[in-house]
Amino acid sequence: MVEQINIMVGGEAGQGVQSVGHLLARAFARWGYRVFADQDYESRVRGGHNFFRVRASRAPVGAILETLDILIAFNRESIDLHRAEVGKDGVIIYDGEKIKDVTGDKLISLPLEKLAVEAAGDRMMANTVALGTALALPGYDLPLLTGLLRDYFGGEAGEKNVKAAQAGYEQTRKLASSTFTKKLSATEAPTRMLVSGNEAMALGAIAAGCKFMAAYPMTPTTPIMEYLASKAKDYGIVVVPAEDEIAAINMVVGAGYAGVRAMTATSGGGFCLMVEGLGLAGMTETPVVIIEGQRAGPAIGLPTRTEQGDLEFILHAAHGEFPRAVLAPSSVDECFWSVVKAFNLAEKYQTPVLVITDQHLASSYATVDRFDVSKVKIDRGLLFRGDGDYKRHAYTESGVSPRAFPGKQKALVVTDSDEHDEAGHLTEDAGTRLLMMQKRLRKLYGLKKDMVVPHNHAKKGETLLIGWGSTQGAIEEAAENLRKDSHKVNRLHLNELWPFPAEAVALAMAEAKHTYVVENNATGQLARLIRRETGKQVDASILKYDGRPFTPALIIDQVLKEGC
Amino acid sequence: MVTVKDYTGLTSAWCPGCGNFGILQAVKKALVDMGLEPWQVLLVSDIGQAGKLPHYTQGNVFNSLHGRALPAALGAKIANPELKVIVIAGDGGAYGEGGNHFIHTVRRNHDVTYLVHDNQVYGLTKGQTSPTSDFGFVTKTTPEGAPLPINPITLAISVGATFVARAFAGDVDFLAGLIKAGIQHKGFALIDILQPCVSFNHKNTFAWYRERVHKLEEGTYKPGDKNTAYITAQEWGDKIPIGIIYREERPTYEDSLPALKQGSLVDQPIEPHRVEKLFSEFV
Repeated sequence: MVEQINIMVGGEAGQGVQSVGHLLARAFARWGYRVFADQDYESRVRGGHNFFRVRASRAPVGAILETLDILIAFNRESIDLHRAEVGKDGVIIYDGEKIKDVTGDKLISLPLEKLAVEAAGDRMMANTVALGTALALPGYDLPLLTGLLRDYFGGEAGEKNVKAAQAGYEQTRKLASSTFTKKLSATEAPTRMLVSGNEAMALGAIAAGCKFMAAYPMTPTTPIMEYLASKAKDYGIVVVPAEDEIAAINMVVGAGYAGVRAMTATSGGGFCLMVEGLGLAGMTETPVVIIEGQRAGPAIGLPTRTEQGDLEFILHAAHGEFPRAVLAPSSVDECFWSVVKAFNLAEKYQTPVLVITDQHLASSYATVDRFDVSKVKIDRGLLFRGDGDYKRHAYTESGVSPRAFPGKQKALVVTDSDEHDEAGHLTEDAGTRLLMMQKRLRKLYGLKKDMVVPHNHAKKGETLLIGWGSTQGAIEEAAENLRKDSHKVNRLHLNELWPFPAEAVALAMAEAKHTYVVENNATGQLARLIRRETGKQVDASILKYDGRPFTPALIIDQVLKEGC
Repeated sequence: MVTVKDYTGLTSAWCPGCGNFGILQAVKKALVDMGLEPWQVLLVSDIGQAGKLPHYTQGNVFNSLHGRALPAALGAKIANPELKVIVIAGDGGAYGEGGNHFIHTVRRNHDVTYLVHDNQVYGLTKGQTSPTSDFGFVTKTTPEGAPLPINPITLAISVGATFVARAFAGDVDFLAGLIKAGIQHKGFALIDILQPCVSFNHKNTFAWYRERVHKLEEGTYKPGDKNTAYITAQEWGDKIPIGIIYREERPTYEDSLPALKQGSLVDQPIEPHRVEKLFSEFV
C-alpha cells in the first residue's frame, strides 16, 4: 500500500480554510510527497460552506479521493456534511468549545481558539493551531513546519503563526496522537513546486514572453491576471483591468497587431462577450491567446464550480470561418506547457489560440517538477524585415504572410475587419474573397501538423476510456485500479483538441473492445465531436454535470456498470 | 520633407459633398503640419463610412469592429507608445456601441486622439436615429421623433477628460488645428466633429451649421476652467461653440505603467529563463 493521506479542511468563507489547506499541501510537498489538492467554494465572500482537500502520496497523484483520513471542521456544517466521508480509522478535529453538543465517533475536540489566544494572543490564529494539529497526527516533522510558516508569512506574522502551530502540534501529540494510527514518514525526494493550474498558466505566459494582458476578473481564472499583475514591474508586462471582456479581447488584438505577445483569460460567460473579437483576430490574422476556464453554465450557472460544457462553443465561437487552435491541458504541469505552445502557435499561424481548462484544474494545486525552462522555445513565426514593398496579407502557399509591426519600419501595416486585399485594404471583390478565405484556411494544414498525436495507452482488445482536459488524473487512477482488479481497461486522453487528431482517435477506437467517453458535461460533447470527425460512435458516455469533478471511484462504478 | 502627397490614399466611396471629405483633408493637413510620416502614424477605425477614412490616406491601419476601435487602439498604443495613434469613429460607434469603452478610456486618460465624425444619424445603414440625433428628429426607426441625445462633451468632461473639443467639418483649417492640438496633447483627446450627412440628415446641414457655429476665441475663452467648460458644452441650437472646450494636464495611463519605463513593449526581448527566479515562491 502506498503511503498516502487525505485531509479536508472545511468551514465558512473567511475562516481560513483556503490558507490552512494551502499550507497543508505545501507542508507535504516539503516532505517530498506528491500532492493533489482541490477547492470547493461558494460564490460569496463570507459564510457558506467551503472546503479544501489535500491528498498527499508517495506515488504520483492527479485526482482527489472520497475517503478522508482527517477532517478539520471549523464549523458544525463541515462535520454534518462530511462525517460520512471520514474513513473507519479517520478522525474529525473540531473545537468543542465553539461547536457544542456534537456526538458520534471519530471526534477529537481540541480548544483551537483558546490555544490560539494563549499561544499567539490572537483567536484568529485558531486555523494555524488546527494546521499544527492535523500535521501532528500523522507524525509530521515540527521544525519543517515552523520553517515553512516562517518562509510563508515572514517576520512577526511568521513568529505568531509558529507559536500557534506549535501549540496545536504539541497539544495533539500529548492528547490525541494515539487515536490516529496512520503514520507517515519523510521521503528522500526533493521538494517539488506546489502550483495551481492558474499559477502554472501564468508562469507559462511569463516564460513565453507575454507582454500584455487585458482581462476582466471572472472565476475561475482571475488568479492568472492577479499573478501577472504582481510581476508586471519585474517582468515588463502590462496588465490592463479592462472595463469589460469586450474591451479586453479588443485590447489584446490591438497589442498583438502592434507586435507583442498578448493574451486574455476569462470563463465561459466572459468568453461569450469576446466572441466577436475572436473573429476579428481570425480575420485580421492577429496572434492572440485566450484562456477559457470553464464553469458550470449556462448564464451565471454555478459560478465557482466546474464543468466541461464549453467545448463545442469554443470550437465554433464567432460567425464565419477561420482557423483556430484549441489546447486543453490535462494536468497542472501541462497548464504551463500548453500556454507556452499557445503563444508559439498563435504567432506561427497568426490566428487565435484557445487554452481551455476548467474550475477544477485551474483552482487545484499539484506538485510538479520544476518546469524545465531550457525546453521553452520561442517561435515568432514569419517576420518581415526591411523597408521594401510590404503586403500584410500577401498570398503564400502556407497561408501565413510575413508579419511586420506598425511603426518599426517605413513599410505600412494595414489590416481590416472587412474582407481585404493583400495590402490590407477593404474590398468586396468576389475573386479576392475566395483567395483570402483559402489563404486563411490553408493555415489549418500547418497547424494540424503541429498538434501532438494523443497516446493510446490501451492494447488491442482492451476497453478504452477517452477523456479530455482536467479529467485525466481521475481517469488514469480509475483505469489503474480497474486493471489491478484484472479488468482490461486503459485510456486515451486528448489535450489538444483542434485541429482534431481524427486519425489517432479512429485507430484507437477500432482496436478497442469498448469505448467510453468520460466528460464533465450533460450531453457528451467530445463523443459528438469524435463522431463528427471520425464517423465513429462511442459505446457510451460517462457524464457528470453537477458542477463537481469526477473522482476515480465514480468512474470505476460507471465503467463496471457499462461493462468492460 | 513630408507633403500632403505622401498622404494620398485610395479613391473614396463617400457620397459627393459628404462632410467626411473635410475631415480627411484636415487629418492630412494636421499630419503634414506636424512633419509626421505615414509610418509613424497608426489609424484605428470603427466601421461605417467614417471607418473607411484610413484607407483614403496613408498610415498604418487597423480597421476594427463596430464600437471597438478604442480598445484595439489602446492595446496597440500600450504595446508601442511611439506610435501616434488616431482613432476614428462615427457617433454610433463612439457613443452607442462603444459607449462603455468611451467613458473608461476618458477616465484612464490614454494618450490617443479620438476623432468622432458626428453626423447625428446612421448613414451606412441608410438613415436611422443615432445617440446624438436631435430631440424629435424623425427617422425610419423613430417615426415619432428621437429621444434626448447624448451630449458627448459634457459626458467626457464629467468622467475626467483632459482634452475636449468640438469642431465643424466645414472649417478644414480650424479642424486641422484642433487635430494637431489633440495629437500634441499628452493624454486622451476627444474631438467631436459636426459632420453634415448630405444623404440622410436634412436638418443639420452645412448651411444649418454655418449659421450657428462660432469659434471660442483663444485668450478670451479659458479652457482650463471646468465649470465654464461645462456650461459652454451645453450650448446648442442657435449658437454652437467650436474649439477646445476643456483642457487640463494629468498623467496618462501609459505614464502609470512601470513596464513602459524601459521603452516600447514591442522592443523588449523575450527571455524565458527569467521565469525560473519565480519558482522558489512555490516550495
